[in-house]
Amino acid sequence: MKKKNSINSSQDKLIARRGFLTRLWQGLGVFAAFEFTGLSLAFLFSGRRKHVSGKAHYIECGAVNDFKANSAIPFRSGLFYLCRLDDGGFLALSLHCTHLGCSVAWRSERNQFLCPCHASAFDLQGNVINPPATRALDLFPVIIEGKTVKVDISRKIRRKRFKKSQVTYV
Amino acid sequence: MNNGTGSTSSFIWHLHPRTLPESTLRFNHTFGLGGMALLLFVVQIFSGVLLRFVYQASPAEAYHSILLLQNEMLFGQFIRNIHYWSGSFLVMIVFLHLFRVYFSGAFYSPRQLNWLLGLLLLFLTVLSNFTGYLLPWDQRAYWATTISTGMLEYIPLLGPWLREWLIGGEEIGGQAMLNFYTLHTAIFPFLIIFVMSFHFWRVRKAGGVVVPSDLSEKENAFVPAVPNLVVRELAVALVLLAVLFMTAALFNAPLQAMANPALSPNPTKAAWYFMGLQELLLHFHPLLAASALPLAVSLGLVLLPYLNYPKQPQGIWFVSDKGRQMAWVAVLCAVIVTPLYIVANAWLPDVQNFIAVDPIVAGGVVPAIVLLLSLSGFYYGLKKRFKATLNETVQALFVLITVIFLILTITGIWFRGADMQLVWPWQIP
Repeated sequence: MKKKNSINSSQDKLIARRGFLTRLWQGLGVFAAFEFTGLSLAFLFSGRRKHVSGKAHYIECGAVNDFKANSAIPFRSGLFYLCRLDDGGFLALSLHCTHLGCSVAWRSERNQFLCPCHASAFDLQGNVINPPATRALDLFPVIIEGKTVKVDISRKIRRKRFKKSQVTYV
Repeated sequence: MNNGTGSTSSFIWHLHPRTLPESTLRFNHTFGLGGMALLLFVVQIFSGVLLRFVYQASPAEAYHSILLLQNEMLFGQFIRNIHYWSGSFLVMIVFLHLFRVYFSGAFYSPRQLNWLLGLLLLFLTVLSNFTGYLLPWDQRAYWATTISTGMLEYIPLLGPWLREWLIGGEEIGGQAMLNFYTLHTAIFPFLIIFVMSFHFWRVRKAGGVVVPSDLSEKENAFVPAVPNLVVRELAVALVLLAVLFMTAALFNAPLQAMANPALSPNPTKAAWYFMGLQELLLHFHPLLAASALPLAVSLGLVLLPYLNYPKQPQGIWFVSDKGRQMAWVAVLCAVIVTPLYIVANAWLPDVQNFIAVDPIVAGGVVPAIVLLLSLSGFYYGLKKRFKATLNETVQALFVLITVIFLILTITGIWFRGADMQLVWPWQIP
């Protein structure tokens, strides 16, 4: 009777050990799976921001006097409109609609930017005057050096709505 | 045919049951939609592999490689057409398959898991088509992808990150193209093959396609699968291939001017299966239209087989006669209310012209509440009027939402012209 017990317990031990080893292998397998997932993700994300250099990239737009008040001139290579407001101030608006990213068209007869995708409309300052867009057109920084207007297309600024402080004056 | 000794017939045996109920052989029992989807997937693989020998996935080369394919290569245009049309057909067939399975009650236990696998396959099919859409790099491809990925921005928290990860930058460019190309030609096909095998296996495990539960003994007689099932499958396959090749011979896959990131065409439209969403985006705040509503609908679809149904009418179309009547009521409601809403929204002036409200309240919260109230009004009204079971009321709701979405899609494709104004189909440029 006693002997039988001891056989049983040694078998239990054996099973316990086997179970432990199985668990160990499973654990190592899960660990390896995590490792490879991590490796793949690290690989995929490492190249994400390589195109952002952080250095300013200026586009020369022309002389200050070339731009009439109340006008929006497209600079397609830089993907922006250079706008001159009533009061002579300059704004560089991204030509991509803030709704889903289509390029907006300036309709001078209506004095507004109109998006061909969902008919969002923006005024010359970039404010939304017709939804579905929910925020004003993005900005690029404008500087005026001497008599020349330049726009830094490396930095796109998101904003909720137009503020006076966003305008660059001569 | 000998009884499964040759390798061809043993392969057929392996994919099919040896015998099956004669009643399930009728074409209008399943419409052969699952088989059609499989065939179209195989066509996609063959035509896609051929295209890979010519196509170059970079913004500078892609468009020219398509031109080369179409203009210089023997059957180049034809093979592209086959790939294009079988891709479109596949999306349509997979949707129809979902409707067939739902309306014939083929999702109750033990097929619940397979319903989920089917949804996953639907999702992967749409994503496959969507990632392929960008590859020709014409204006249509570029801007459709721009607005579709733009919708991702409005998923709370994860959205902007997901979008940037998917397209690899701020705007669609070379990295986006490479990502889409890899997803389209490697990852999604692989996942589809994997999930599809699982899907088929679960059909076999459930005892084949759903058998009507109200049949008499005699109607339920079993017949051998070879030749009864196999000849029928061959007939469906040949007809489908004939229709596909005719379409590909007669209608060219569209190719517009090369992509120009500075100039969206007017109007710019997403891929046809996203036009319902795009139409929805015209009316509601993007947080509601592109995020909350799709999420709610997906969640509803996932939960559909797990609701506490009082009966499980397997293989019976539209649950019952009452279910059928209620489905018609739902169709009627959708067909009346949706166009009225679209037209009213276009002609009535915007509320925001009179009172200053936050756009998220005017286009998001208020419509969400109105929508929720009218849907529950519809649900409980119908339930009370027809003294219906959960099976029938949920089905009516399903029909209502499906038809609304269908009308939105049709409006977006055929009734929106320049500046997304409402026009007649023949006025669209």
